[in-house]
Amino acid sequence: MRDTVLEAEGLIKAFGGLTATDNLSLSVTKGELHAVIGPNGAGKTTLVNLLAGMMRPDAGRIRFNGRDITRMSAPARVKAGLARSYQITSIFRDFSVLENVMLSVQACQGHSFRFWRPVSGDTSLIDPARALLERVGLGERMDLRAGDLAYGEQRQLEIAISLATEPSFLLLDEPMAGMGPEESQGMIAFLRGLKGDYTMLLVEHDMDAVFALADRITVLVYGKVIATGSPDAIRNDPDVREAYLGEEEIA
Amino acid sequence: MSLFTPLRNPANMFTALVLVIFALTPFVAPLIGESFYITVFARIMIWAIAAVSLNLIIGYGGLISFGHAVYLGIGGYTVGILAFHGVESAWIQWPLAIGISGLVALIFGAISLRTRGVYFIMITLALAQMIFFLAVSAERYGSDDGLNILARSDFGVSFFSLQDKMTMYYTIFAVLVASVLVSWRLVNSRFGVVLRAAKSNDARVESIGVATYRYRLTAFVIAGMMCGIAGLLQANLEGFISPDMMNWPRSGELIFMVVLGGMSTLFGPVTGAFVFLMLSELLAGWTHHWHIIFGPFLVLVVLFARGGIAGLLSRGVRRG
Repeated sequence: MRDTVLEAEGLIKAFGGLTATDNLSLSVTKGELHAVIGPNGAGKTTLVNLLAGMMRPDAGRIRFNGRDITRMSAPARVKAGLARSYQITSIFRDFSVLENVMLSVQACQGHSFRFWRPVSGDTSLIDPARALLERVGLGERMDLRAGDLAYGEQRQLEIAISLATEPSFLLLDEPMAGMGPEESQGMIAFLRGLKGDYTMLLVEHDMDAVFALADRITVLVYGKVIATGSPDAIRNDPDVREAYLGEEEIA
Repeated sequence: MSLFTPLRNPANMFTALVLVIFALTPFVAPLIGESFYITVFARIMIWAIAAVSLNLIIGYGGLISFGHAVYLGIGGYTVGILAFHGVESAWIQWPLAIGISGLVALIFGAISLRTRGVYFIMITLALAQMIFFLAVSAERYGSDDGLNILARSDFGVSFFSLQDKMTMYYTIFAVLVASVLVSWRLVNSRFGVVLRAAKSNDARVESIGVATYRYRLTAFVIAGMMCGIAGLLQANLEGFISPDMMNWPRSGELIFMVVLGGMSTLFGPVTGAFVFLMLSELLAGWTHHWHIIFGPFLVLVVLFARGGIAGLLSRGVRRG
């Protein structure tokens, strides 16, 4: 496909006897929100780790913007525009909200081998960080310690940290994880606002969110892709229905 | 609570007091007939410099090095060996001592920083002991017995001679103040923020596009060089070097000074070194069995005074 941004081909990753990713291929086109769903243990987080470079696949290739990034380190992938967020909130809890985002802005501006000037008054970090926090709706909270934010806000900060690296592509690992229905709605609205500006791969358990947001859906079971298609096609796919039987009813 | 704690807090006031004591000692001590305190405090300040350097990697980097005293040894032996061979110029001795400390830190760091947790502790210990045994086996330089240094580093100018007691004392004082200043700027700079972020959440720093290894290694080298300076000062002050100055108990004591004073606080290590050494000095003067009191005291500090003296002081104020 001409507009393919991210392409995985024949990815395999095994942990001992367990094959978490089993000959997996998928592609994400520019501007698309591509969701990956699957029951617990389907290998969703492993997939994110492989794509983000936290793990090396045993076999297969990953291409990003036409470049082979299979052997590229995680930090180098971020520099290339591929940012991720974590299923388990991964923020700097003892830093303020603003400092969390400032660090990302700093990382995005190149190396940090600058030893003398304090960052506390550095407007080239503060201004973009403030602007981003305003945009994601955390403007009022930026002087709080990040660990003191409400859970839903921490999830938003999690994504704001990734956005501050100025990616073209977002890998979102279960952004609604642990959220109540109301917080989930907020997150769905938030992600909808990002659509179009970023190409996204959304790994998610929450079916409402997936069907509300996704342009295409890939269904993963035991590390294998059993179906890929539009939300409607997935909803009516007999294999998908069977895989989810007894787990939960799709939409 | 954020990255930047205000400078004006009770713990820092206490350190300011300690620094004032350091600054005034050469004038006050002779007046009260206790001139030996000049040497005692000079010694304490050298340990404080070493502790400040260790705090950079332990406190701010989260890297528990159990071999930091090796840089005291390297700084000291560089001066001692050069003096032994008749090279007494400070302009040669000092840059070499700092440079070799940095080089050793670069090599040791490159190896040890590939590991984490208890493995890191063990590898830094093993590497440091390797140098210790090298010094023990160096018969030419006195093996276990050490080596006397006949003359202090010579700056080649008449108005600045370390042979002069006051000049020596205030040189050490100036280096201590400089090392605190340097670490203050470092930990609040872009570099320092990356270092501290990597301590609390390494994976997250990598996933915003920063390869943390190089930052840790740089911190390790800076700390090694700073401690090397403490070592060269120690050799100059004592006029003597021996393998014991870099044996592992010294590394343990350094860790303790940092913990006692307050890890990852700017002045904690200075207070820690002061209290640690004064207390052991006083107790040793009181009884031969002073370790029986000192040991439990250290255990109590670790158990009940999280954040060390700095933590204790700031908590006391918040309650009151």
